[in-house]
Amino acid sequence: MIQHVENPVLEIHDLTVTYNKKPVLWGIDLTLPAGSLVGIIGPNGAGKSTLIKSVMGLVPSGSGYVRVFDKTLDESRGRISYVPQRESVDWDFPASALDIVLMGRYGKLGLFKRPRKADYEVAEDCLRKVGMEGFKNRQISQLSGGQQQRVFLARALAQEADLYFMDEPFAGVDASTEKAIIQLLREMTQKGKTVIVVHHDLQSATKYFNWIILLNMRLVASGPVETAFTEALLQETYGGKLTLLSDVSDLVQKNQFPSREK
Amino acid sequence: MESFIEFFSFTNPNVRYVTLGCILLSVSSAVVGSFTFLKKRALVGDAVAHSVLPGVCLAFILSGTKNPVYLIIGAFITAWISLLFIDLVTKRSKIKEDTAISITLSVFFGLGIMLLTMIQHSGNASQSGLDSFLFGKAAALIGTDLYVFGGVAFILLFVVGLFFKEFTLIAFDTHFAQVIGLPVKRIEFVLTTLTVLAVVVGIQAVGVVLMAAMLITPPAAARFWTDSLRKMLVIAACLGAFAGLSGAYISYIAPSMPTGPWIVMVISFIAVLSFLLAPQKGILFKWLKQRKIRQTILEENILKAFFLLGEREKNFYQTLGIERILEKRHFPLGALKKTLPILRFQGYLKKVGNEWQLTQAGFHKGQRVVKLHRLWELYLTEYLHIAPDHVHDDAETIEHIISPEIEKQLEKKLNYPTLDPHQSEIPYR
Ligand SMILES: Nc1ncnc2c1ncn2[C@@H]1O[C@H](COP(=O)(O)OP(=O)(O)O)[C@@H](O)[C@H]1O
Ligand SMILES: [Mg+2]
Repeated sequence: MIQHVENPVLEIHDLTVTYNKKPVLWGIDLTLPAGSLVGIIGPNGAGKSTLIKSVMGLVPSGSGYVRVFDKTLDESRGRISYVPQRESVDWDFPASALDIVLMGRYGKLGLFKRPRKADYEVAEDCLRKVGMEGFKNRQISQLSGGQQQRVFLARALAQEADLYFMDEPFAGVDASTEKAIIQLLREMTQKGKTVIVVHHDLQSATKYFNWIILLNMRLVASGPVETAFTEALLQETYGGKLTLLSDVSDLVQKNQFPSREK
Repeated sequence: MESFIEFFSFTNPNVRYVTLGCILLSVSSAVVGSFTFLKKRALVGDAVAHSVLPGVCLAFILSGTKNPVYLIIGAFITAWISLLFIDLVTKRSKIKEDTAISITLSVFFGLGIMLLTMIQHSGNASQSGLDSFLFGKAAALIGTDLYVFGGVAFILLFVVGLFFKEFTLIAFDTHFAQVIGLPVKRIEFVLTTLTVLAVVVGIQAVGVVLMAAMLITPPAAARFWTDSLRKMLVIAACLGAFAGLSGAYISYIAPSMPTGPWIVMVISFIAVLSFLLAPQKGILFKWLKQRKIRQTILEENILKAFFLLGEREKNFYQTLGIERILEKRHFPLGALKKTLPILRFQGYLKKVGNEWQLTQAGFHKGQRVVKLHRLWELYLTEYLHIAPDHVHDDAETIEHIISPEIEKQLEKKLNYPTLDPHQSEIPYR
């Protein structure tokens, strides 16, 4: 069940991604409408993080291409924002919460320029939006996991982008914060921004998102939540049917095959 | 003392050169090394330092002079080759990065030693002093050399200042830097170039073998004293400068003492001191804090014992001897005897003859601890569904931690209960 849309904000065309020749994503092909709140759902190791990383050019794709706002990735950098998984950085880094949020302004600032007063104001405003204004000078290692997650979110907001990628932004966040964040994301999508969220919890998925991507090494479904989030498709995503695919992946790696004939 | 004044008056031009050289070298490697440290690339820094040696030797063989410009170019080339080599081995083989680094370090250093031995046996008259690249020879820092190295140090500091924001972001979160469109590859190239330059300059003073210490130790020590990156850079630079100065001074008063190794010894000593003494993160601070917590717990437990005894006898202001207190709860006798006067000094107890009595403040404090204990027990049974006979031990520690804010939340959440799970009354003030 893969539904395509006209004038997509994001078009992924026949994308295959390999790590050391081992394919982890096979032929992903999808389009997303503007203003949607998208949930990427799939079991552990399904390639959810890999998908958004390759869309942003952080891992090289084996084949296929990505277009954002009908332009190439590099032409659209200024309109894309990213919330990495919290564990991807070392939180013992000597910086305060405000320092981290200011990093969201660096793209707009360009090389060599120092953050200006306006940038500080935007950063503080973003901290306020995620309820962290009281912690702006706190060293980041002294924040709780949920607070660190919110700092990352504030940094993404400070980018003032149109398309947001968030890798498990609710990991380690308490229930009330999760609600506040999802409310914030909804408001953003109502203003026409598109938010793509890697999500773990099936229970809340239907409540949170209006577009669902089901992923397990390949694309199982991409569509409005009513059509994509069905029992049968979930079964296909989480069921054991894909062992064959991962066996073939291993075989490809072992024999150092190219995943596509060039 | 005389030599102290003689040294610090800097009237001797030689002293001036050597001291200034040592300080410049130490400061620039400390600042550049801060980013190596934050990126956790200390080992790579070490490999680069060792890989400089074959380049220096080759440059000497080819040019036939010890002109620092040639030597720097040679060092630069082999250092870069070593970095590319590490990258290549890690990417193209199953060999892990740490192994690749060690291999590179040994191969390049071995090559350097080989070339050095060849040069020494070639009988070239101008070769003397080249072996100082092994362990450094700061005393040889004179005249034109100093201008070259001073210039390089200045460039290093200037470029770090220029790229401060970019280096910081890349050290913290490379992926994010890439996503916002920073030319990450090129900025990393700049940073690596700076590191190589710092190494090339630094080995004049301390030599290839000790160079990694010059890069990594100052920031590692500085990190103990601050949580701000800017301050960390400044502190690292100051520590580096101090070490450079000390090294120069030590070898001045004792000419048989080598400057470079002493710089490294001083900075290492500072690092150890920081590890022991720094506020918040230092061992001593942590130990004192632990001790203070233990003391607070003891004090609160004594007041609690007074309160509980008072509750039982329906007289909170009875006087109690040490035996009665020990009957209620076991305390180490020595600690108890020491702490009772402390509690009196703090105004929580009074001494009546040989016995002790709660003051009003002491009564309130004991009462609060008991209240928190019982509230927490209730919270555990009601919200965490833990059996009432399992909650006591948890409450024994938590009662000392709960802040007034959490206390209020607890009261509200439990709706100001009157009885704990064991049907004891919860005392409110
Ligand atoms: N840097 C990497 N090198 C090699 N394999 C990787 C790397 N990152 C992820 N993988 C593998 O790719 C697969 C997908 O990983 P990931 O995208 O992190 O999954 P998810 O985010 O859905 O849990 C997993 O099998 C994982 O082991
Ligand atoms: Mg993931």
